[in-house]
Order: sequence, then structure tokens, then C-alpha cells
Amino acid sequence: MAEFKLPANSRITEGKTYGQVSGAKRAKTFQIYRWDPDSGENPRTDTYVIDLDKCGPMVLDAILYIKNEIDPTLTFRRSCREGICGSCAMNIDGTNTLACTKATTSVNGTVKIYPLPHMPVLKDLVPDLSHFYAQYASIKPWLQTKSPAPPDKERLQSVEDREKIDGLYECILCACCSTSCPSYWWNGERYLGPAVLLQAYRWLVDSRDEATGERLDELEDPFRLYRCHTIMNCAKTCPKGLNPAKAISEIKKMMVQRTL
Amino acid sequence: MAGNPLSPHLQIYRPQLTSGMSIMHRITGIALSVGTLVLLYWLVAAAQGMESYEAAQRCIGSLPMQLLLVGWTFAFYYHLCNGVRHLLWDTGWGFDLTTAYKTGYIAIGAAVTMTVLTWACVIAQGAAA
Repeated sequence: MAEFKLPANSRITEGKTYGQVSGAKRAKTFQIYRWDPDSGENPRTDTYVIDLDKCGPMVLDAILYIKNEIDPTLTFRRSCREGICGSCAMNIDGTNTLACTKATTSVNGTVKIYPLPHMPVLKDLVPDLSHFYAQYASIKPWLQTKSPAPPDKERLQSVEDREKIDGLYECILCACCSTSCPSYWWNGERYLGPAVLLQAYRWLVDSRDEATGERLDELEDPFRLYRCHTIMNCAKTCPKGLNPAKAISEIKKMMVQRTL
Repeated sequence: MAGNPLSPHLQIYRPQLTSGMSIMHRITGIALSVGTLVLLYWLVAAAQGMESYEAAQRCIGSLPMQLLLVGWTFAFYYHLCNGVRHLLWDTGWGFDLTTAYKTGYIAIGAAVTMTVLTWACVIAQGAAA
């Protein structure tokens, strides 16, 4: 059942304000969600003012600057800093994206940063993605075959068949789309969500895969697949410009086509 | 995970045309179900004879009910237009963001236009009678 209000332990309080910068030509205010598992307190938002001339152009550069220079307790995930690992996915300025590819100057006014929405928080901007990963594992994201492999070469596919996984294989599983989806917010326990369904379609449409029927059987469920109501927040927020809603619609079409 | 807070969602997510139109589709759908009861009341009153029909006409003709009727007219046209959008999606068409936004604006524009036209006709008819 959809619970629209935050539980009592999750309501956000006003936090601290750090460092007024003097003489900065390009001062920018960051309001960042904080939660410390050791404090026993509710989450809060802390405010940091920094000089943009002192750090790189992206939101990730700014929060790294805050961590290095102002408040070393600020916690977030990051790795590649170039939009290919998906670690720094977070809610910036109201939508989910990667901190490393989001330019600080693209946000008007205060930059508000929260963890990916409707997820259990481990600390500050770090959400618990265990359930998301378990759902990913449940679709068996690997090539399943029955026929013996060719003895002397890889399983090949035509150029046309290879093109069918364009727009799918680029997914980095950052979870921006799934955590932007209201349907996933309310039914995430059982609904697989846009990211995992896009991945499911990536294997369904792969010409080399030989488990299409079994994969569709697994998805034919009122919750796993059919909680997608074409809301389209997923496609709107994907930092890689992919379209999970379209992939889900293709799965729904395959469901119909196999009964004809 | 019991002690861990839930990260904010509705509270902080910037309103999107995509999700806004989706929830509107549900709200108008629910409004239409309620509106159907009013239509039913009107038909039953008509079937019961002159007196009850006149009472129903007075009730439905009152200003608050007329305003509600404008709301229901919009709900009807919005649900219809956005429903067509959903049908197109079901064929696999219209998923790229530019198209989805275009069809979204068209559906809203068409619903508003048809509501205005319908009530312009109603008012013109009322003035003529």
C-alpha cells in the first residue's frame, strides 16, 4: 500500500550551516541530506557555502571539495567521475542523476542534494541497493543457451541483431530511473522497476539467447512487470539518455505476441 | 534496515509533466466514477416522473453542481485524450521523450479546448432558450 508520508524516523530536520566564504566571486550554496547511523537522530539537511572558483565544474567536484576542505564526515559513493560507473547517482535539484555529469551551474539557486528517493539510507547520500541488486539477479542477467556452442568461434550475431541491443547495453544500473518511478516507490518490494526490466529486455531481445520463453514466464506477473503504468519518469531522468519505458512496452508486446 | 530512515520521495522530487499527467489520469478516472452516480441519479429521477425530475433539475442546475459539471466535463475529455495517448503507447509508439511531451501537451490542450467548446455550446443554448 502506498505510504505518501515519511515515517517518523525519516522526517528531515534543519541542520548546521558551514563556512561563510568571504571574497568569493562565485559563491554557491549546497543543501545536503545528512543521516548518521551512530547518532540516533533524525536525518537533517546541512548547508555549505563554497566558492565555485576553487573546485571543478560538476556537482561531484563540489561535494568532493566540501568533503576535503569543510566537512570530512560527508559520505557519498563515487568512483569513475565520468558517468560510466553509476556510483554517484543521487537526487540533485529534484531529479535523479549522476553527480559527476551534472554541471553545478545548471542548477539555479541553492543546489539541493538528497539520496536516491524512497530507499533505506545507510549514511548521508548512500542508499541501500541490496534489494535492487537482488531484483537484478532475479532476471538472470546472462546469456542462457541450450544449443552447443560453436567449437571454433563465439556465438555470432548479425549486424541487424546486434543493433537491437543498442539503447539497452549502455545501462550502468545506477538506479536513477527505478528510484524516480512512483510505481517503484509504492510497490518496489514486488515490482521489478524500470532499470531491471530494461535489463530483462536486453536479454529477451538478444538473438543469441535461447531462454526467451522462460524469461517471459518469469515476468508474467501482475507485479513484476505490469506495475509499469507508463508514467515515464524513468526515461525523463535517465542520465544515459536511455528509455526504460519503451523497453518495458516491448516486453508487454512480446507477452501479447506469444499468445497469438 | 528497521532503524534506517527512508529517503524522501514525493517531498523532494521535482514535479514532472510525465508523472503529473499520469496521476491526473487516475484522479479524473475516479472523478468520472463518482460523476456516473450523478448521471444515474438524473436518469432515475427522469424515469420516476415529473416531480422527481424537476427536483433533480433544480439540484443539478444549482451553481455548485454546475461547477462540478464543468469539472466532470474536463475530467471526461482529459481521460479520453490521455487514454488515446495510452493506447498509442500500447502499440509501442510515442515513447521518445520529445514525442511523449508533445502528445502530453496536445492531450491537455485538446481537453481544455473541448471543455470550453462544450460549455460555450451549453451557455449559448441556455441563452437561446
